[in-house]
Amino acid sequence: MATLDLKNVKKRFGNVEVIHGVNAHIEDGEFIVIVGPSGCGKSTLLRMVAGLETISEGDISINGGVVNDMEPMERDIAMVFQNYALYPHMSVRQNMAYGLKIAKTPKPEIEQKVNDVAKLLQLEPFLDRKPKQLSGGQRQRVAMGRAIVRKPAVFLFDEPLSNLDAKLRVQMRLEIKQLQSKLNVTSLYVTHDQVEAMTMADRMIVMNNGVAEQIGTPLDVYERPQTLFAAQFIGSPAMNIVEGELADGMVTLTNGARFPSNSDHTGKASVGLRPEHLVAADDGPIEVDVGLVEPLGANTLMHGTLAGTDHIFAVSVPGVLPASGSPSSASFSIAPEHLHLFDTDSGQRIE
Amino acid sequence: MAKYANDPAPGMVEKSGGSLWMTHVLMMLGVLIIFFPIWLAFVASTVTQPDIVSPPMPLWPGGHFLENYKRALFAGVNVPVTTMLLNSLVMALGIAIGKIAISLLSAFAIVYFRFPGRNMFFWLIFITLMLPVEVRIVPTYEVIAGFGMLNSYSGLIFPLIASATATFLFRQFFMTIPDELAEASRVDGASPMRFFIDIVVPMSRTNIAALFVILFIYGWNQYLWPLLITTKPEMNTIVMGIKQMFPSGDDTADWPVIMAASILAMIPPVIVVVSMQKLFIRGLVDSEK
Repeated sequence: MATLDLKNVKKRFGNVEVIHGVNAHIEDGEFIVIVGPSGCGKSTLLRMVAGLETISEGDISINGGVVNDMEPMERDIAMVFQNYALYPHMSVRQNMAYGLKIAKTPKPEIEQKVNDVAKLLQLEPFLDRKPKQLSGGQRQRVAMGRAIVRKPAVFLFDEPLSNLDAKLRVQMRLEIKQLQSKLNVTSLYVTHDQVEAMTMADRMIVMNNGVAEQIGTPLDVYERPQTLFAAQFIGSPAMNIVEGELADGMVTLTNGARFPSNSDHTGKASVGLRPEHLVAADDGPIEVDVGLVEPLGANTLMHGTLAGTDHIFAVSVPGVLPASGSPSSASFSIAPEHLHLFDTDSGQRIE
Repeated sequence: MAKYANDPAPGMVEKSGGSLWMTHVLMMLGVLIIFFPIWLAFVASTVTQPDIVSPPMPLWPGGHFLENYKRALFAGVNVPVTTMLLNSLVMALGIAIGKIAISLLSAFAIVYFRFPGRNMFFWLIFITLMLPVEVRIVPTYEVIAGFGMLNSYSGLIFPLIASATATFLFRQFFMTIPDELAEASRVDGASPMRFFIDIVVPMSRTNIAALFVILFIYGWNQYLWPLLITTKPEMNTIVMGIKQMFPSGDDTADWPVIMAASILAMIPPVIVVVSMQKLFIRGLVDSEK
């Protein structure tokens, strides 16, 4: 049980700064997902918390105590690696017991703890197998077991599901989330998969280029993205961003489409429209030249361009389009509360 | 052919009876040719001296097996073969174990630690590959003599321990061990040496076995170095000792005893190879990760 604080944490490799000062306060028992594209520094940040990378500047504290100069072991953390990092020559039991063995826990206690965790993770039948003899999902569970068995203050997950197939990933996602809420251990989870982030996180940290763009609950990030990057990264298909002008409570897009907004700002802005918030309307202001149509069953994705421009535009409409074929152009409207407005230069949200 | 690229080439699996026989006959012929000198040596070790020197040489074992071998083992020419075998064993084991221990440690240092001059040290070790024992034998002799290690096991073993080849081999293997394992063990609280002993060494066991076989035989077959630094017969190793059994001048060589010593000299390497064959092949063929 622990809180975790990041205070202006920076990381430099030589002269290159890769993390430009991240601040976050993580409550006891919270499940935090760090999400971002590859190369954004999310794994580096996690490894700094783990103690596998040095901290160039700033402080990381666990339970209020600064841990910057502590070895991973002393920080009372446990980590699950992307490729599991199980010791290949040890059985599942030995893998899970290794940390305890080093900590000189008495043998009967190790036995007891390993058995408890194996039961929790349904690993009992595999305890005497080698990692090689396990499937991907089972190895993943062993890696989790190795982390859980030590009852750490903080769990760290480094893209633990990315080596699994799609179906197993969904299943393990649920399992990890359930396990975490059952054990109620503060967790930091790194992923590039926004679906994992949306479904698992209590709060998520959206990272880009070494900066935490937004920290908030998944729905918060979805409904009120604070930056252009967060707006485009979360949500699938990605939000359409079109340049426009604000004046008198109305938005005018580059192609002349005009519709009301809730903002009383004036001037240039980047206008964000989520594909799923566009509503088909015969006299709607937003005209789209439809190119490719992807029927997904529950809804249909239309890819095209904004009429009169070559701006790529995606729309998601519920249901299946009539069999008569897809229209070559369609009109849509959008409710003012679903509009996202961003400053064109800074990328910050405009209310 | 290209269409079924995964099929084994025709004839790889199925062989018509004729060509199967043919290849086997050829193979046996090859074995016979290679084995013949060894057979002759064995025959020579079971007959008497007059039998050997009077042509034609016998091709079938005589009845003096026990007598000759007893003489070789416990009397020898200068010194009993048992002593020489023991010396060889100590030296070969010392070289093999010492080389493995040192190269494991130095490869571990080079791969897992960042210290100033790390690359330089690696290349220094690597360069010694170009300096085999024979090239540096005079200065090495000087050093060993200076330490007073002539006619001693340490003098036989130490100069041959430093090994670039083994260091290089272990370095390459260690670099295939995923970094996450080192990190996972750090998170588990293992110190670097603990990681080395608990994770790295067990993972390298097939490589260690393969190297042990190679190095044991390398040590066993050392000739020039023991010849230089052992002057007392009781420190002779078997490989050079056999040579010492040849008389100088006009004396007649005691061929049955010499041959018996030769046969005896072959046995330990054979035992090592046969008993470690499986591990040896696994160590050279697959890298277990």
